[in-house]
Amino acid sequence: MYKYTEFDKTFVHARAAQFRNQLERWQVGKLSEDEFRPLRLQNGWYVQRHAPMLRVAVPYGELSSDQLRVLSRIANEFDTPEPGIYRDALEASSKVGTLKLPIRHAHFTTRTNVQFNWIPLSKAADVMDLLASVDMHGIQTSGNCIRNISCDERAGVAPDEIADPRPFAEVMRQWTTLHPEFAFLPRKFKIAVTGATEDRAATNWHDVGLRLLFNAAGELGFRVTVGGGMGRTPMTGKILREFLPWQHIMNYIEAVVRVYNRYGRRDNKYKARIKILVKAEGQRYIDDVEIEFREIVDNDGGPHTISQVELDRVTASFVPPELVGRKAVDLAEIGSQLDGYAQATPMFGRWLQRNVAVHKDPSMRIVTLSFKRLHQAPGDASADQLELVAQLVDRFSAGEARVTHTQNIVLPWVRVEDLFDLWQSARDAGLASANVHLLTDMIACPGGDFCALANARSIPVAEAITQRYQDLDELDDIGEIDLHISGCINSCGHHHSGHIGILGVDKDGKEWYQVTIGGTDGSGRGESARPGKVVGPSFSASEVPDVIEALISTYLQNRRPLEARAERFIETLQRIGHEPFKNAANEARAAAETV
Amino acid sequence: MSVTARIKLISQADHAQELRGNVVRLSNSDDPLDLKAEITTATCVELEFPSFTDGRAYSQAYLLRRRLHFVGDLRATGDVLVDQLIQMERMGFSSAVLKEGVEVADAYRQLQQFTGFYQRDVSGQS
Repeated sequence: MYKYTEFDKTFVHARAAQFRNQLERWQVGKLSEDEFRPLRLQNGWYVQRHAPMLRVAVPYGELSSDQLRVLSRIANEFDTPEPGIYRDALEASSKVGTLKLPIRHAHFTTRTNVQFNWIPLSKAADVMDLLASVDMHGIQTSGNCIRNISCDERAGVAPDEIADPRPFAEVMRQWTTLHPEFAFLPRKFKIAVTGATEDRAATNWHDVGLRLLFNAAGELGFRVTVGGGMGRTPMTGKILREFLPWQHIMNYIEAVVRVYNRYGRRDNKYKARIKILVKAEGQRYIDDVEIEFREIVDNDGGPHTISQVELDRVTASFVPPELVGRKAVDLAEIGSQLDGYAQATPMFGRWLQRNVAVHKDPSMRIVTLSFKRLHQAPGDASADQLELVAQLVDRFSAGEARVTHTQNIVLPWVRVEDLFDLWQSARDAGLASANVHLLTDMIACPGGDFCALANARSIPVAEAITQRYQDLDELDDIGEIDLHISGCINSCGHHHSGHIGILGVDKDGKEWYQVTIGGTDGSGRGESARPGKVVGPSFSASEVPDVIEALISTYLQNRRPLEARAERFIETLQRIGHEPFKNAANEARAAAETV
Repeated sequence: MSVTARIKLISQADHAQELRGNVVRLSNSDDPLDLKAEITTATCVELEFPSFTDGRAYSQAYLLRRRLHFVGDLRATGDVLVDQLIQMERMGFSSAVLKEGVEVADAYRQLQQFTGFYQRDVSGQS
């Protein structure tokens, strides 16, 4: 993991002190509400339905066990509303049917950040100081600026990796942090980077998507896409450069962002993302970026050109951990041992198959702890669970964890000989659901239960579908499928990229759900990234599980066996088209209405 | 322009009374590169912030300093928030007109918050 230098530490503490000063000026009326809003947002503080929400940055998804412990402590000591606020919140929620609002929890987001829902604003500065003690902060996790950079959850450990994206992500983190020119862009700006063959970071859905690759001459560089984004007008990124030498990536991003800062729309926030500029201007935008890039390099002297020395310096932070005291292992022997355990304990066997992935080191594995289970919202972790994760991370993963964009936690450094022990501990902590990439491993935003922007609740829909699909044999048979749920068109739950997407909409003050099919995030579970298509008019909350079941049945009836496995949901859909699925979904509506 | 020169903070009254020679005023939508002739002969360029959340003036400042090599006074006017003075300074603004009622001491405090930054500023210094 990247180790903060004295400079980094001083900087984060200075930012916390600056925020404390801003908060105090707001409290005494020296800063107006309008003036304070963008300042608190750029430190991760929102005002939500019941209480403020804090979004903590997890740069490119990497967390240490020390950081997890502080997140646990924040959940435990600060994620507790004042009694009056909590009473009012429960009363308001019970009117729409939500009887439980968890406190002392953290929530993992689709952009690999961590959110808290109940911290009183009066304690905000204390929380920022506590975060700074483990090199954490909320810098640029909100607001119209360059947000936290997200990354492949398997960066540095994936066998399909071309080059480790983390050193570049770290250079980008530094360059984007409090960049004076780009703190007030027309709208938010998100960058994702991967160095693997499979895109596990949904790069094409980002304002800037970066994929490391080698050109024909064997040089390393980036494929650069610009203008991806969800929201009201879902678009995948346009390729601006098939190959850009890595040395120039910051110069190029500066050109992309400067042209956007100058010409992006500011008159309508729904048309302010860079995707709209790219679409409206087309080739002219691309030409402008290329001209600006040449100016930056030729006229300004390429001030952000990354030297080999600089890259080496940053890369040195990402050396694999030393696994102290490890004895030489006989992989064949451990393999047969694991087979034995799996036969004796089928749950372990399922978990091995679903939650454990191969590592670039044959004696190691990448393990996903699933935060998708009954009675807790997708991506939610209690203070106690965070503490348990910290213990697992110390014991089994060299003190390092990753937050995934599917709202789980990955342990990147697990020794094969530890897998059974890890599974037992994870199971005891309730974090061993063997469902990675299956139907119940769904993405969902916090929705109307917490978010002031939401049109409908997401968590009860996620819970109802999870209830319906508790049979692991059935889940396994259905196979890999991406179900994504957003409570509003802002798309934090990435419904556009779900093989099945569910979007909460508000009609006459009631909650309705629009269902889309055929979206993909660009990972190996589907073809290139694309938005899903709506199946028809929206459904009531109670119809949604029936609609899901109808879609799944249509798939099961039509799927074909492939050589080594069955066709996946998305493959069947792409082969036979949307019509049979649409019809089935709409029949489910009719059936429900006549009941 | 040297990075050690701090941004000059000016009251509304002083700004109104000051005699400043040849001033060019740009709105957020003006392209400085189209106004090269005027800017070359200007002693002061004013960039107006219609709202402090509109960040176009920062890119205009970059173009003025780096591409047009403007060395005169670059002044921020309009909705100037003291929390952004450090950002303005780093982008090459040499003066800023404070809003009515802002305490200069509060404003100066905002310039002292950080001992260093990750990026070089517009003059190429970090």
